[in-house]
Amino acid sequence: MHKYANPTQFIRIANAVLPWSTAIAVAAFVIGLPLALVFSPPDYQQGETVRIMYVHVPAAWMSLMVYMVIAGSSAAFLIWRHTVAHLIARASAPLGAMFAAVCLISGMLWGQPMWGTFWVWDARLTSVLILFFIYIGYIALLDAFDDPERGDRAAAILALVGSVNVPIIHFSVEWWSTLHQGTIITMDGLTLSGDMARPLLIMVAGFTAFYVSVVIIRLRAELLAAKIRNARQSLAAAE
Amino acid sequence: MTAKTMSRKNRRMILVVLGLALLGSGAALVLTAMNDAIVFFFSPSEIKERNLAADQRVRLGGLVEDGSVTKAGGTVSFIVTDTVEKISVSYTGVLPDLFREGQGIVAEGRLGPDGVFQASEVLAKHDENYMPREVADALKKNGHWQPGMEPVADTP
Amino acid sequence: MDQLVTYFAMGGYAVFVWSSYAAAAIGLVGALVLSWQGWKAREREFEDLRAARRGQETQ
Repeated sequence: MHKYANPTQFIRIANAVLPWSTAIAVAAFVIGLPLALVFSPPDYQQGETVRIMYVHVPAAWMSLMVYMVIAGSSAAFLIWRHTVAHLIARASAPLGAMFAAVCLISGMLWGQPMWGTFWVWDARLTSVLILFFIYIGYIALLDAFDDPERGDRAAAILALVGSVNVPIIHFSVEWWSTLHQGTIITMDGLTLSGDMARPLLIMVAGFTAFYVSVVIIRLRAELLAAKIRNARQSLAAAE
Repeated sequence: MTAKTMSRKNRRMILVVLGLALLGSGAALVLTAMNDAIVFFFSPSEIKERNLAADQRVRLGGLVEDGSVTKAGGTVSFIVTDTVEKISVSYTGVLPDLFREGQGIVAEGRLGPDGVFQASEVLAKHDENYMPREVADALKKNGHWQPGMEPVADTP
Repeated sequence: MDQLVTYFAMGGYAVFVWSSYAAAAIGLVGALVLSWQGWKAREREFEDLRAARRGQETQ
């Protein structure tokens, strides 16, 4: 594990992963979008609006997955001071915020025609909105201090504190009565018919691979930014 | 790596784990205490148990009983049931597209002195079972259908 | 032609379905473009710095 803490080693692995994750993302969208938009059947109750699920659920899934990556990396950063772990969290945060926003917007656009309202303050919707705000707070904290290291540490602590929200989001529909329906992922599989589960799983794979590819590009930028900071310092010292 | 730096790392790890455990139990306590504020609606049984103050706004959730929907002018009347208790609801306004008999709904309003719930808003609540019409029809035909049941999940 | 019109109408829910996909497309494509541009900008910045440092060394 500590071997991967070395930035050079890590970026070599990331560069090897990038073409594969990109290929998977492209293939998943090329196959998944026609399935989601054309070839999957309308729902017996919700008709064509069920197609919103094929972007809403992957976005929701990713908003939680990315948060877990950030929380895990932040723990590694706080405990072992792994800079790469911190950079992974830093590179992931805007993507997680974007996924949460897509989840909220597509959810509102699904709720209005089916439930009869864009928004209610039930436990599920509220906890996902809080997740979005935690992302924004994390991003704001990163560069809020003159001393970058203090900002990094404060943001990492916020990420860990915010991780209590993750199980709350997942179990909100079981612990409390909500307007939002229960989870489609159960112990016995998905509560979907096969020709709806297929496009959904393909889109989830596509969103995940998309995240992996884009986070690697962002990680390259973060590593370069660190090098630039060092180079500036040595340049200034030489003058 | 010296023993001293190892112990510092271990200390930090213990700190993180302890902090998270404390935070988690704190959150659990707060959420349990706030349960009544977090639940989105009450079932007919819960509302009858509660002896609500007159004029208290609440949300009532349950299934629209089969055959109970009547429309007079712009006003819709129906019975909401949790299969144990029932409450009559009266509502004037736009119903969501999913509103139908046997469907889950959440109505916001007040329980009148006559025991009729005067709703000012009615929202539809659906379950997490998605399937094409043919599958739903087949399930109903061969008697495997129950409201709120999980369809046979043939995951690919 | 009629078939296409019916398809895009999405059973009367066109606004909701297509807006959801548009929101997702804007989010994902936007994130990709901004991330790519950010990386390229850092790369240029780093090259400029390297050039400046070489200039300093030859002085």
